[in-house]
Amino acid sequence: MTFFGWLQIGFVLVAVLLLAKPLGLYLARVFTGERTFLFPVVDPVERGFLALAGVRAGKEQNWLGYAGSMLMFSLLGFLALYAILRLQNVLPLNPQGFPALPPDLAFNTAASFVTNTNWQSFGGETTMSHLSQMLGLTVQNFVSAATGIAVAMALTRAFMRSGGSAIGNFWVDLTRATLYVLLPLAIVVALVFVALGLPQSLDANFVATTLEGAQQTIASGPVASQEAIKQLGTNGGGFFNVNAAHPFENPTAFSNYLNIVAMLSISAALVYAFGQMVGSRRQGWALISVTVILLVIGTGAIYWAETYGNPLLSAVGVDPSMGNMEGKEVRFGQAMSALYAAVTTGLSNGGVNAMHSSLTPLGGLVPMFLMQLGEVLPGGVGSGLYGLVVFAILAVFVAGLMVGRTPEFLGKKIEAREMKLAMLAVLILPLTILGFTSVSAVAEFGTSSILTPGPHGLSEILYAYTSAAGNNGSAFGGLTANTLWYNCTLGIAMLLGRFAYIVPVLAIAGALVKKPRIAPSSGTFPTDRPLFAGLLIGIILILGGLQFFPALALGPVVEHFVMLAGQSF
Amino acid sequence: MSTTKSISMLDPAILVPALRGAVIKLDPRQLIRNPVIFVTEIVAVLVTVLFVEDLTAGIDAAFSGQIALWLWFTVVFATFAESVAEGRGKAQAESLKRGKSDLFAKKLLFPDQKDNRASEVISATMLKVGDIVLVEVNDLMPGDGEVIEGVASVNESAITGESAPVIREAGGDRSAVTGGTEVISDWLKVRITTKPGETFIDRMIALIEGAKRQKTPNEIALSILLSGLTLVFLIAVVTLYGLAAYSGTDLSVAVLAALLVTLIPTTIGGLLSAIGIAGMDRLIRFNVIATSGRAVEAAGDVDTLLLDKTGTITFGNRMASEFLPVADVSETYLAEAVLLASLADETAEGRSIVALANADFGLTEPDLAGKGAVPIAFSAQTRISGIDIGDRHIRKGAVNAVLKFVGLDKAQAGPEFNQAVDAIARSGGTPLAVAEGERLLGVVHLKDVVKPGIKERFAALRAMGIRTVMVTGDNPITAAAIASEAGVDDFIAEATPEQKLDYIRKEQTGGRLIAMCGDGTNDAPALAQADVGVAMQSGTQAAREAGNMVDLDSSPTKLIEIVEIGKQILMTRGALTTFSIANDVAKYFAIIPALFLSTYPELGALNIMGLHSPQSAILSAVIFNALIIVALIPLALRGVKYRPVGAAALLGRNLLVYGLGGLVAPFIGIKLVDLAVTALGIL
Repeated sequence: MTFFGWLQIGFVLVAVLLLAKPLGLYLARVFTGERTFLFPVVDPVERGFLALAGVRAGKEQNWLGYAGSMLMFSLLGFLALYAILRLQNVLPLNPQGFPALPPDLAFNTAASFVTNTNWQSFGGETTMSHLSQMLGLTVQNFVSAATGIAVAMALTRAFMRSGGSAIGNFWVDLTRATLYVLLPLAIVVALVFVALGLPQSLDANFVATTLEGAQQTIASGPVASQEAIKQLGTNGGGFFNVNAAHPFENPTAFSNYLNIVAMLSISAALVYAFGQMVGSRRQGWALISVTVILLVIGTGAIYWAETYGNPLLSAVGVDPSMGNMEGKEVRFGQAMSALYAAVTTGLSNGGVNAMHSSLTPLGGLVPMFLMQLGEVLPGGVGSGLYGLVVFAILAVFVAGLMVGRTPEFLGKKIEAREMKLAMLAVLILPLTILGFTSVSAVAEFGTSSILTPGPHGLSEILYAYTSAAGNNGSAFGGLTANTLWYNCTLGIAMLLGRFAYIVPVLAIAGALVKKPRIAPSSGTFPTDRPLFAGLLIGIILILGGLQFFPALALGPVVEHFVMLAGQSF
Repeated sequence: MSTTKSISMLDPAILVPALRGAVIKLDPRQLIRNPVIFVTEIVAVLVTVLFVEDLTAGIDAAFSGQIALWLWFTVVFATFAESVAEGRGKAQAESLKRGKSDLFAKKLLFPDQKDNRASEVISATMLKVGDIVLVEVNDLMPGDGEVIEGVASVNESAITGESAPVIREAGGDRSAVTGGTEVISDWLKVRITTKPGETFIDRMIALIEGAKRQKTPNEIALSILLSGLTLVFLIAVVTLYGLAAYSGTDLSVAVLAALLVTLIPTTIGGLLSAIGIAGMDRLIRFNVIATSGRAVEAAGDVDTLLLDKTGTITFGNRMASEFLPVADVSETYLAEAVLLASLADETAEGRSIVALANADFGLTEPDLAGKGAVPIAFSAQTRISGIDIGDRHIRKGAVNAVLKFVGLDKAQAGPEFNQAVDAIARSGGTPLAVAEGERLLGVVHLKDVVKPGIKERFAALRAMGIRTVMVTGDNPITAAAIASEAGVDDFIAEATPEQKLDYIRKEQTGGRLIAMCGDGTNDAPALAQADVGVAMQSGTQAAREAGNMVDLDSSPTKLIEIVEIGKQILMTRGALTTFSIANDVAKYFAIIPALFLSTYPELGALNIMGLHSPQSAILSAVIFNALIIVALIPLALRGVKYRPVGAAALLGRNLLVYGLGGLVAPFIGIKLVDLAVTALGIL
């Protein structure tokens, strides 16, 4: 680890923190229906869309209505995407003449993009037509992110209001998230990316003759625009198979900075907006500080493990001064690869600029663990915020009792119903991750996909289901995931990880919105102070750690100790 | 509050029945109410079956046998904790039951005829609501009711524990009578207001016994959290079987069972109901009967206390605080005069004057025998008392009345006198004028004396985040003066029942929880509206019905203790939950390396406690897990100490003790158990 490395990490995080407030205030204005500078441009479009969908402006929904609309919208998106992928051979904009996707892969991919996971069992540049990329995947990149934001805002409203049952209108929130937030930002970021040299073209791949005279096919396409929404929407699905390690997706150190800032910015700003909307900016900062502290710890752990390197390689004469450079790009270096790995997993983004499978065992453990914490650092757009709020509810419940009052968060009493729903949501991750991993680890159809037997193989499976259920989408490599078993189960894991979490969250919103907001007193557990931030960090780490410790012990942890004992996988 | 009363858990009178109760509670039909311990029991049964199988198959079963044994201990310790908590209440309930076992009622045959006292004797269980009964000397009250005729002194010690009899009479605020109490003089006609079986004493017995104990809302929510955690760990442990199989380890059911039981929150699961029962029991020992656990919980949440001024904040009677002479009168002369004038004043105010003259001027009651002294007693009509000794005509009383006596109007009384009178009135006190003959001697300052120490209590409450509001019938000036002296946050002057109700509603709309106490029928609406309404046992039936707690001592400051007990219950739950979850970290470090040591000896690096062998490590974790329940029973019964230092400080401290402590303690504990297990050579 070097000072310069930490300086780079600090530079990115400070940029994110600086952006959080103005962007957060903007988000708060958008979702409380106040005018913003984009209003004259966007409002007619918004009204047009809503009229087209037959939504009466100002008519709000209760949680059931909201969840119903959200599920219906996602189902339709899923079906449309599935159809496009199955029919891409007969649809236009397919200059390479790619065939239709097989059903299991199409299911997996549709589930993956509808859930904002962007797990790719395929190589983008060798599988997807331009139409599938743009009309299929990119549309979902926008609307799945917008869905997350909408749900987070609905939950926020539950804390703002007391009484009634309305938590907003899903269609309005969805449209606003897309038109006011994602689209304008994506346009700006895409233009910057083009300026930085990312390709943006609708042509087929071109063929170049190399210096040796060989023919090389160079993949190209609308990369810059894809890349912009991939990061802003915490989607993470790359245009290219090697994702942000590819020089066309992420050509320079600066584009790498921009990538990380872009993926963190909306999620962090949403947390700030939460504080602003519930009337306590300090609350927003407290939650942001939790995520930043955990991210720094995670980054530091990866950074340390990677610069420490692999003693086995050093022993055979590899220069240890660079650390473990296997699977990393020299233009990013250890610090930015570590930060990228921590952020992409802490964030439910899933893009990678270094191959996680090639990280040292402990370096690989951290991204996996960050995902298992529930993608709340600061998590996917929207999903991170509501995940964080669920954790805050649990933290307040467990420890809040110790101030001698029944637990409350932001003036809302946390009672049996909220607890039931929060536990329901929390159960989803261990159930899907550990359940599918356990079956895959013993069944032939599971183990046959493993590239490296031994503990590393277990990590491959564990990482895949963790990534799917956490709606992350990054892969550990190695595992051959494009099989019937993995395509189907990973698809199911993604759907459960997304919707079996969102529905209880919306139900919590429905329960909380009815309750009166209790005025705080000096006897109230303050949730906007460092003490609460520390408590929340503790709860996140302990709950996450307790669930996954045995599995991690048998994967990366044992691999680490075995490596120290002289054996590598 | 006094937590000094130690809970003698080892008292055989409680211990023996508790052990029996602990075994009876093993019945799964009862245990299912406690999901965590229920799961533990199922696992214990499973491991026991496997142990027996091993035994019959001739395999070495020492390990599974011991695991089974300690799993059973875990369950029994949990049920034992509940039994111990119930123990004290059971004993109290028994004595109450004996008291009500054979009540008879003299039911009036002709209730409409006022003077006809003919009655028939029937069993109290046959009474109906609305029946009129006659209760005479030495009779026990057959049921709850309202006095419609007569005055009697009643011994209510069966319920309140207070042996001094109280007066019960028709009309007014002292008309409620309680079944099981004894009339010790005169007679009463009582209209029965409660069905047999639902009387106060019945409800009290049910509450104390905990037979009909309902889980409180927070307890339910906590149970859900604990069940959820149990499920999470069930998933983690069951799936571990597959992960282990992949790694080439065949885990036995016994070790998986051990892992599961150590991970699920057995500590808080085992002690949860004991905490609630012990909390109610603590209330009962404070002579407060809560009609529901919900109310006790709400007490912990209270933001605002509505306190009656009289009797709670002040002594209830105005007391003389200084003598202010006018003109050339000396203070001692005035004191002597007013002492003489007050000798015949039997009111509390009169006595306080005597006491002040005694304390500040060393004057004793003079011997007036043979001096022809004619005392003039105080009466509400004249508002004057005094004495005539020879030609000395000394009078003291209300300023106007005394001025009338001396034949002056206010303007003629002199500026010095008027200034003194006005100053006293402005400060919220009451001036009494003193005159001898036609001469005004001075003024006595009567004031409401705030109880010593009450200001500090309010400051403590404020630190808890609780506002105190004084309710008084006084005018706003007087009220403000007393409010500032007592240090309350707000006051309602010239309060009417409607005003109280409005104030409570207003506070509740602002999102605050209100507690109040009251005794009169006119308090009933406010008591019902308040989130915590404490009715005085001495109060009317209406008030007792409206409140959700009854204070048998009829002491209004009890609210403060009630709030503290409510908070203690919640804090104890939170502390043990945090402790329980934090414990799991150490247990993983004990068990995980032990499970896989044969496959991955390298995982021995996680054995940071340096436990002796895989088997001793697992057994030690299970033993620690069981013993910690017993070790924490006293804490569960006593409750975590509440300190009024504000939420943040309180949380910080408790997090340190129970969070960090919960993280560290099991590392030490498991190591110690391991040393013991190894030394004893059990394995």
